[in-house]
Amino acid sequence: MFNSKVPPGPIQEKWTQYKAQAKLINPSNRRKYKVIVVGTGLAGSSAAASLSELGFQVDVFTFHESPRRAHSVAAQGGINAAKDYKNDGDSVWRMFYDTIKGGDFRSREANVYRMAECSLSLIDQAVAQGVPFAREYSGYLSNRSFGGVQVSRTFYARGQTGQQMLQGAYQALIRQTEVGQVKLFTRHEMLDLIVDQGKSKGIISRDLDTGKMEIQTADAVLLATGGYGKIYYLSTLAMNCNASAIWRAHLRGAFFAAPSWTQFHPTSLPQLGEYQSKLTLMSESLRNDGRIWVPKKAGDERAANSIPEYERDYYLERKYPSFGNLAPRDISSRAAKEQIDNGNGIGPLKNGVFLDFRDAIQRDGKEAIKKRYGNLFEMYKKITGMDAYEEPMMISPSAHFSMGGLWVDYELMSNIQGLFVLGEANFADHGANRLGANSLLQACVDGYSIAPHTVMNYLAGMEPLTKTESVIGKEALQESKSRIDRLLHIKGRKTAEEFHKSLGKILYQKCGLSRERKQLLEAKEELKALQEEFYRELLVPGSAEQINFELEKAGRVEDYLGLAQLIVEDALVREESCGAHFRLEHQTEDGEAKRNDLDFKYVSVWESQPGGTFKLHKEHLEFEAIPLSERSYK
Amino acid sequence: MKLTLHIWRQANSALKGKFETYVLNDLNSHMSVPEMLDHLNEKLIKEGKDPVAFDSDCREGICGQCGFVINGHIHSPEKHATTCQTHLRSFKDGEELYLEPFRAKAFPIKKDLCIDRTALDRIIAKGGYISVNTGQAPEANSILINHETAESAFDAASCIGCGACVASCKNASAALFTGAKISHLALLPQGKMEAEKRVKSMVAQMDAEGFGACSFTGACSAVCPQNISISHIITMNKEFWRS
Repeated sequence: MFNSKVPPGPIQEKWTQYKAQAKLINPSNRRKYKVIVVGTGLAGSSAAASLSELGFQVDVFTFHESPRRAHSVAAQGGINAAKDYKNDGDSVWRMFYDTIKGGDFRSREANVYRMAECSLSLIDQAVAQGVPFAREYSGYLSNRSFGGVQVSRTFYARGQTGQQMLQGAYQALIRQTEVGQVKLFTRHEMLDLIVDQGKSKGIISRDLDTGKMEIQTADAVLLATGGYGKIYYLSTLAMNCNASAIWRAHLRGAFFAAPSWTQFHPTSLPQLGEYQSKLTLMSESLRNDGRIWVPKKAGDERAANSIPEYERDYYLERKYPSFGNLAPRDISSRAAKEQIDNGNGIGPLKNGVFLDFRDAIQRDGKEAIKKRYGNLFEMYKKITGMDAYEEPMMISPSAHFSMGGLWVDYELMSNIQGLFVLGEANFADHGANRLGANSLLQACVDGYSIAPHTVMNYLAGMEPLTKTESVIGKEALQESKSRIDRLLHIKGRKTAEEFHKSLGKILYQKCGLSRERKQLLEAKEELKALQEEFYRELLVPGSAEQINFELEKAGRVEDYLGLAQLIVEDALVREESCGAHFRLEHQTEDGEAKRNDLDFKYVSVWESQPGGTFKLHKEHLEFEAIPLSERSYK
Repeated sequence: MKLTLHIWRQANSALKGKFETYVLNDLNSHMSVPEMLDHLNEKLIKEGKDPVAFDSDCREGICGQCGFVINGHIHSPEKHATTCQTHLRSFKDGEELYLEPFRAKAFPIKKDLCIDRTALDRIIAKGGYISVNTGQAPEANSILINHETAESAFDAASCIGCGACVASCKNASAALFTGAKISHLALLPQGKMEAEKRVKSMVAQMDAEGFGACSFTGACSAVCPQNISISHIITMNKEFWRS
């Protein structure tokens, strides 16, 4: 059914061996092949630029007005690489180990090792592009620590590392448009995937300014469309982040892996009211110097600064002394939820915890803290109106990163031939929990280091596309047109936004930071009912031949409603706790996640079936390099 | 909280636009400006009216997608803030707000508050990069950059490409946007090789797009959400005369 195609041999040599044996295409023949890239975040831009540099024709699609707006831009804290510049015992192997352990032994060893291996040259690449990483006074690159590790391997550009990395990739991409190798389709959304005789042959695109829908053909399609945390409505993601491209590909036969593994970021800003459209993230790097605490007394109404030391519970330091405030995200988020559920939460809605810089400021001085996190403190002030130099920040967990995504093999190719999935849109590297600063890394490694080799290897086996439009493309185009018509003509009473909010509430309550069987079963019914209501009561104003943000939103919510049901199904089937997936029925005596390696040492791989049902396949995971062990940060 | 909104409505770039007035009585002072418009749009849709088209994506001030003029303030009455980071607590209860798009010849209005800023991408396309292919890079620490230079380069590179500088300028000049990119790359040793060629072709493109000349009033820097200094325009001019 599917094969992960992991090359044989010792783990340290797999990627070198793969590259040595991968098929090549003569430089003068490469221009005959066309590749479509959907998405212009770090994974999409870097892949498009790299493939174009090799000589392939690349058509790039983004729903944004400019590639530079993609949500990679919002990543704050940093990017990991095993350079060992700090001489603190780091190595490719240790990074590999940390990532496997951080992912709670639910990722594919060979992929993770490769990510750590490729991290080395990635920093070189970014510096060469002019990414202004932080420097020591000596002129050498600087590092800091992130959660779940005991070394400093995170490279950063103040609190805007994602923006700076994306500028590098965007500039590389834009440079290729000038050469004429890349054709850029901005304000274009992918509506469907064209699959012809089991091979991915193009997409259906829609021009969001004019409504024009077209068949776009290519020899291979790369989806780099990011994560779907926005399905929870309140999340750290941008308003327009969506799952439509990967969901449409899934409905065309691409397998979806581990859909329910969504990371809740421990340091975002708490919700203040119903009107709120998103939760803003505060970088995890703040946990290097900030101490997390709640009042020991439940319902304590006093101002933070007037609560004396002995009445504060620094619960992460207490529960996880060796990692303290830098415990991994899943553990930190769950610990915060525990405090909030017990009534120790703080803030107007009692839904947050404190992140306190008092001690760091006393130790290092305000100026030093300002240098490290200045723009984050400013951002906090802009959003909340509060000064974090004077009083602790209020933070709370929020839906953030999708560890799940389309299933891919070692070549980042899905089970559909010629469909490659890169970055957060795939499932491969983070297991059941992603470590901080590994997301920029994975996006870049997929785009700069892996796809150029694996895509060429795939294309080398085939004739370049002959330009006739297939019947299948025309059918797909017609289906997309009917879908848009359908949404416009329901003419009900509820907006797409309202449906999205209801969807988010169901998922937060019943398939969020913790899950249990009874609630998941309820969610399943509620989601089905919500989907039926959507097709009965949706109200979309305007027409399809103009700029119509509501129509765009409706299409995305429609796809989210489908994906949500798969998420719940996935969470229901997995009768264990691992990483971000915490089933209340499966916990240790002290409330930690209890894995069941005997029955669940696999990644759930879902195939869509007619009638909106799903069929489960399993990719069994082998841990040969790193023996399975219970994850402990105590 | 109550606000009276006068919003620029324009169906498309070909038609003329005008202000229309909406009164909202049920606002919360913690709402952001885009959240206020979400709220208005929900009402308009239910009344069978066309919602207000406005750009907004990350809503944390980094993607550069949002931005319009509020009571004559580019982006926001707050200093160095984007529209999405502006909350209703910045306004008085009962206040009247005029919302209109960024105005510049090079930024055609697409619909209501949405404008076309692709001219900025076309400036970057004319050399706003270092021509290094994937796979060519030397070891990162073989290029030493002193701390202050790296910090200055970062300051310039922090531009989010929102176009506020253009909208604030009486000549609709893109000098701050272009200067920031030229300065970012010229400061770094990696970018020096192409500096001359870069400044010539980017400046030529800036003129070709219909942006005006810089008369050095500093209005751009005053509204820039990233607080980018006009010293980068001086760097651009220096680089230009040197080339």
